[in-house]
Order: sequence, then C-alpha cells, then structure tokens
Amino acid sequence: MSILAYNGGAMVAMKGENCVAIAADRRFGIQAQTVATNFEKVFEMGPHLFVGLPGLATDTQTVMEKLRFRKNLYELKENRRISPKVFAAMISNMLYEKRFGPFFVEPVVAGLAPDTFEPYICNMDLIGCLNEPSDFVVGGTASAQLYGMCESLWEPNLAPDDLFETISQALINAFDRDAISGWGATVYIVEKDKVTIRNLKTRMD
Amino acid sequence: MSYVLCPEIPEPGFSFENCKRNALLESKGFTTPKAIKTGTTIVGIVYKDGVILGADTRATEDTTVADKNCEKIHFLAPNMYCCGAGTAADTEMTTQMVAAQLELHKLYTNREARVATANQLLKQYLFSYQGYIGAALILGGVDIEGPHLHMIYPHGSSVDLPYATMGSGSLAAISVFELGWKPEMGEEEGIQLVRNAIAAGIFNDLGSGSNVDVCIIRKGVVDYRRTYDEANKKGVRQGSYKFPRGATAVLSTKVVDVEEVSVTPVEAERMDVAAF
Repeated sequence: MSILAYNGGAMVAMKGENCVAIAADRRFGIQAQTVATNFEKVFEMGPHLFVGLPGLATDTQTVMEKLRFRKNLYELKENRRISPKVFAAMISNMLYEKRFGPFFVEPVVAGLAPDTFEPYICNMDLIGCLNEPSDFVVGGTASAQLYGMCESLWEPNLAPDDLFETISQALINAFDRDAISGWGATVYIVEKDKVTIRNLKTRMD
Repeated sequence: MSYVLCPEIPEPGFSFENCKRNALLESKGFTTPKAIKTGTTIVGIVYKDGVILGADTRATEDTTVADKNCEKIHFLAPNMYCCGAGTAADTEMTTQMVAAQLELHKLYTNREARVATANQLLKQYLFSYQGYIGAALILGGVDIEGPHLHMIYPHGSSVDLPYATMGSGSLAAISVFELGWKPEMGEEEGIQLVRNAIAAGIFNDLGSGSNVDVCIIRKGVVDYRRTYDEANKKGVRQGSYKFPRGATAVLSTKVVDVEEVSVTPVEAERMDVAAF
C-alpha cells in the first residue's frame, strides 16, 4: 500500500467565471479505521488564497505550517499579499528541496490573483512538479474517480452557485466510490468580494 | 534554534531530513509513491538555418494522464531551448537552474552563452547525481559556432547529433527521422518532419499523447509554436450535466466578506535638481 493512502482523503479545485472553488472530504482515518470526521485538509493562506494538502496527515500539517511560515515571511518582507502563482512556485521549490526524501502530500492551490482577481488553480506531485490546467485539478486517494467526474461535469464559465453544485456533486460521487475518503465535505467558493464555506451532508459509511 | 538577529542560513542543495523516516515507512510495507513522469516523445533536428525541437504534451502518473497539455520544451537562454523527458519535476527544476546559471554566465562574460556551455553544465550536474535525477534531455540552440543539437542522458553522458529522439516514444520517432531526415533541409520541410515524428510517438506510444509543440531556433530568432498541431481534438459535448441549484444538501454555510482594499498609487516625488 502506498503511504499516500494511509489516512485517505479526496481533494478537488475548479475554475469558474471570476471565481474558484476548492473542496475536500473531512475524514481522518488510520488505514480502514475512521478516527475523526472533522479533519480539515484545506487551509486559508490569504483572503483569496487556499491550499489543500491531501496525503499523509502528519505531512499535511507539517507542510501547512512550513508554508504558512514562508508565506508570512514573504508578506512581511514584500509588504504585499502573495499571489497564487508565486505561492505555488514557493510550494514547488519547497517540495523539490526534499526530492530524495519527500513529504507525502500532493498540494492543490486555488485562489484569485490579488490585483486582477484572475482565477488560478494548480496541483503538483509530491516532489513539486507543477500542473496548471485551465479547468480543474484533483488529488488524494479518490483522484481516479474525481478525474472521471470532473471530465464529465465541468464546463467553462460556471457562475459561483453553479460551480458549487458542480464541484460538490463531483466530489461526493467520487468519494462514495472510495472506501477511505468521505464522511462529510467542505467546499470553499472564492469570489472577489466574499468567500463562502459550506459543509455538505454526505453518506457517513 | 534560529534567532531573529542571527537567522539560521539554510544549507544549499537537497535536504535529506525525511529520508530516515521514509526508509522506515518503506520497511514497514508502505511504498513510496511514484512521481509524475513525462512518458514523452521529444525530438530535435538540425536543418539549414538552425535547429527545430519538438515535443508531445502528455504527463502521466503511472497509467493516469496527469496533465493533458504540459510544456516540455523548456527555456534555457534566448538562443537555446531544451526538451525534457523522464521525471517531470527533475526536467523542470534542472532546466530552470541551468537557465539561471547561463544568464549569470552571460552577464559575467558579456557574451551570448554557447550551446556547449549549457551541455557541459547539464551533464556535469546530472553525472554528479549518478542518474538519480531522472532527466533525459535534448538540448538545441544556435550560437556563434552555428546550430547545435545535444542529447543528454540521466547518467550524464551526451552525444552531439544531427537528429535525435528521446523518451518512451523515441523508437517511433526515430523511425520517422531515419526515413525522412536529410542534411540541409528547408524550414517547412523540417517542421513537417518534426511534427510527423512527434505524431508517430503520440499515436504509437501510450506514454505520449495530446498535442505537438514545436520550437524553431534560427540565428537571432526563436519561433516557439505552442500547440503547433492539435493531434487529438476532444469531441463536442452534446448536452450539459449542470445540476439545478440546491441539488446538494448543505449542513452549514459561512460567508466571509472580503473587504475591498482600494490601492491609490502614490506618485514618486521628483528629485530636486534646481540647485544646480
């Protein structure tokens, strides 16, 4: 078994019309045993910037703290908000530094650029290979299922409310076919003037 | 411990601090996950006025297509580009690092960097890591000595060739070159040959797919044609799978208002030179 599947978890981010969405399940398990159903894998890194860290839970939290530290230093030094693109490069470089002894996380970044409010999403593998597609990114143990759901459900220029339905249905139906993720979900819809955080009602088995 | 007034200067190069833990996990039967590979067909030819590089755009994670349109022709210097096959992060980071070194070299010597210099930087770096950095590269460029094409293996060996292919689709692509390559080819003829070689990889090798990228390097001008040919067009979807609003059951909602920050740029004050 891969160590990335030790705790389980599913993650997805999508682009919409002047908005982005990022969603994750809430399970924390140790192999097949569910330990908690309120585990957050998506972290706020700025008013319009979110990072999801699916993978080994201990590394999820370690990497999150390292990233928050580096992001804070950057923002204090530069006296401005970090842009999602720069933040993604920061994660990529941090992970590649550990090329031969990696952290077991596959990060997903979603946000709006601080100046233009341009939607941005990306994901990377555990050694920091960046992937910046124009539609959606996935991560975690249900990624194969999520690829299938997103390829068929996603369409361009979704309004925030439609993007919420699309990302939620993609995530829920994907992790229902994965035994080690699910047990609730959190969806973040990021718009220029507000961020909407919703907890979803899902199957609890 | 680091201290604000005397910060700890991080060690340069790779960090191995997780290796012991990861080896322990490995010994307990938790395999280390595979990194994204580029699978890849990458090619390059020398033609009459320069070099043409070509690449497909598929990146794979085991058998899953992780990226359908990734960029495999990397910038090295204004007169040099480099195709990368193998571990995607390695090709990306290695070429980024060498691009930085070449820029510094250019500023230090006041000359345009030569392709041989880039070749030497890449192979010495890869050799020092004994093949563990999985980057297989095709380096092409035009310098004062004329057009050059180098093929660099992950272990650090390199060859200087008039036409080269690498990656999992290299066998399909080389067959096209062996049949069609001639010395002193014209530009249009050369681009067509490169396209055909990449298409052979896309259609006959499972690790390669999607589109054809082409980069033409002549003396003084580079013509990077991203998505030169869309070899595989996705069918148009007939209907929409949009869910009606309210279809998803929501337990709780929290709305965080982001206050708009208006930024007024402050005009820099002109330097006072009236005294003179």
